[in-house]
Amino acid sequence: MKTILRLTICVLFLNSIITNCQSKMVPIKGGEYIPLYGRDSMKVSIDNFLMDVYPVTNKEYLAFVKKQPKWQRSKAIKLFVDASYLRDWKTDTILNHNQKSNSPITNISWFAAKSYCENQGKRLPTVDEWEYVAMANKKMPDARKLKEYNAFILSWYEKPKTFNQTIGSTFKNYWRVYDLHGLVWEWTSDFNSVLITGESRKDVDTDSNLFCGSAAVNATDLMNYAAFMRYAIRGSLKAKYTMKNLGFRCVKDDK
Amino acid sequence: MKLFKMASLLIITSLIIVSCKSEDKKEMASINTADIYIQGTMDAELTSPPYVPAPVGNRTAKKLLVNMEILEKEGTMSDGVQYVYWTFGGSVPGSFIRTRVGDLVEFTLSNHPDNKLPHNIDLHAVTGPGGGAESSFVAPGHKKTFSFKTLNPGLYVYHCATAPVGMHIANGMYGLILVEPEGGLPKVDKEYYIMQGDFYTKGATGEKGLQPFDMTKAVKEDADYVVFNGKVGALTGDNAITANVGETVRLYVGNGGPNLTSSFHVIGEIFDNVHVEGGDLINKNVQTTSIPAGGAAIVDFKVDVPGTFILVDHAIFRAFNKGALGMLKVTGEEKKDLYSGIKQEGIYHPEGSTIQTMPESKEKKKEAVSTKDKTLAQKIADGKQVYMKTCFACHQAEGQGIPNAFPPLAKSDYLNADVKRAIGIVLHGKTGEITVNGKKYNSIMTKQTLTDEEVADVMTYVYNSWGNNKTNVSVKTVKEVKNK
Repeated sequence: MKTILRLTICVLFLNSIITNCQSKMVPIKGGEYIPLYGRDSMKVSIDNFLMDVYPVTNKEYLAFVKKQPKWQRSKAIKLFVDASYLRDWKTDTILNHNQKSNSPITNISWFAAKSYCENQGKRLPTVDEWEYVAMANKKMPDARKLKEYNAFILSWYEKPKTFNQTIGSTFKNYWRVYDLHGLVWEWTSDFNSVLITGESRKDVDTDSNLFCGSAAVNATDLMNYAAFMRYAIRGSLKAKYTMKNLGFRCVKDDK
Repeated sequence: MKLFKMASLLIITSLIIVSCKSEDKKEMASINTADIYIQGTMDAELTSPPYVPAPVGNRTAKKLLVNMEILEKEGTMSDGVQYVYWTFGGSVPGSFIRTRVGDLVEFTLSNHPDNKLPHNIDLHAVTGPGGGAESSFVAPGHKKTFSFKTLNPGLYVYHCATAPVGMHIANGMYGLILVEPEGGLPKVDKEYYIMQGDFYTKGATGEKGLQPFDMTKAVKEDADYVVFNGKVGALTGDNAITANVGETVRLYVGNGGPNLTSSFHVIGEIFDNVHVEGGDLINKNVQTTSIPAGGAAIVDFKVDVPGTFILVDHAIFRAFNKGALGMLKVTGEEKKDLYSGIKQEGIYHPEGSTIQTMPESKEKKKEAVSTKDKTLAQKIADGKQVYMKTCFACHQAEGQGIPNAFPPLAKSDYLNADVKRAIGIVLHGKTGEITVNGKKYNSIMTKQTLTDEEVADVMTYVYNSWGNNKTNVSVKTVKEVKNK
């Protein structure tokens, strides 16, 4: 009898781990850091917070739109999503056969991502929070100066269709967070707070906050050029835009 | 008398005034292209290199709709070397755009949803901020439209200007837009689109596999590949451009860079006309024209005799070692009065491979041969030196040859099948088609001026390198072949 009870408890316990697994969060200890676009004097402080271990998956988002029909493809308000929103899905509530349930959800607008996180009692990370966690490699909280770290990010730009991979297929970083680099781009709450206008040569010339105007002299720096891409993609977005290479994850304040 | 003076003064002043007026008129006509009236709308024909759209002729100025798609995709840089290109219209260089002065170009730039990065376009033919870059910055899965009026006739480069600009250009994001003058350019028989670019890879030149972009080399301007139309061999062999004897050929030549200036030259031809830097200035009877990075030139010439004419960047190591080599194949009847045909056509030896030997040194060498027998290792070492001086430029460091131009020596079935035939080729030269490792080559190898000992050494080196059958070629065998 006792064994059966133990077994049941054990199974229940295991189940709860599995169900929680995908939206599992890990604590990120806050601190100060200098963003890539900042100067030495422009340290940014980050408070403690919790971050999703993985980007939100197709399966999780599917569950969300079933609960929240207003975010289904045919029902979503056109002010909040563009024409590519969930475009690859078979129907409003069925994934396409070539989409894996545990691949990252993409073709999501900022409005939709924001709403998803809020629905879970969470929020989108700020650019600073995201960059703070993403500057870690497997072993160090700030690996930005390492050649291999940047080479990995850059090699991703040359790998086609990584959005088809499953979550967890890249590395687990110092904070035990997966897939910040190498899977998909991710939405942040203030994605357009650093403006890259599209005429990047002008950005370099006149906006001294942006890369200290040093991008031109310092272009050999792998760190700068890996990050350029990230800021460029954010600069090209509007909140209703959706992209095949762009997903998201949520964070939560650590009380 | 006074009256006469007054009258003549009046006449002179009036003459001056009249002549001034007529000059004014001329200038007005050339300046006010902004006022050219547009009639109707048409879709622009876009072509991939080396082709160009049909000439504008004397059509009126129109609203011209240009739809261009950006694709990031894997392609082949050289045999066995893959590279992820970023392209305008799926090709490197991007699609050719042909307009006339006064057209209102409505440009739509679409960024394919599978792409990872935002892009834009800066057309040097645009008068406006960023050449359109500011108005065309577009995220993957989106498109942007802007319009501009073509105010200046000429041949212009376009390229992507998204950060880091150099990287986008280095990955192949450039092309040409032609703005024809009123009434069009003079008629020619053949027109082609050629654009040079320099590429920077993590691995060394020729290193196999998928090669990532190397920012450090790009900053140092240390190119691994300098090529026409995006890859080694894009204009050689079956891909060569063609013409018939007696035809006029016009080449629209661009240089995407990002770094290197091109010294564009066609071996065995003289450019009859060159639109210097793609503008109005016409230079005549030109051998080599300089094309700056981000610049272009229009060259035309009449092909008078048949043969294969080699297009090169005359910074010549780029041509024979980094890929900047193309071919124009001209067919038709021989014109013996213009070109005798006795000498070989269109081959250029950058290294001066014919070694000039003075009679006395020849004798000395002969003595040396007769007095000592070399070890195999010594022969290989000496042979390597001969190879690097004489054979390297065409057959390359690892005997890999140049695709579609010069056959490989490495693991070569043709070479290994018959030693005496191979020696004969070195001694006497070879023309005509041969098949090496299943691929056809039809180039010319000139007769090499080497001593018998040098021939034995270099052949031994070749046979003992790169997976060949390790034959030790003796001076005796060389002499046998020579005296046959």
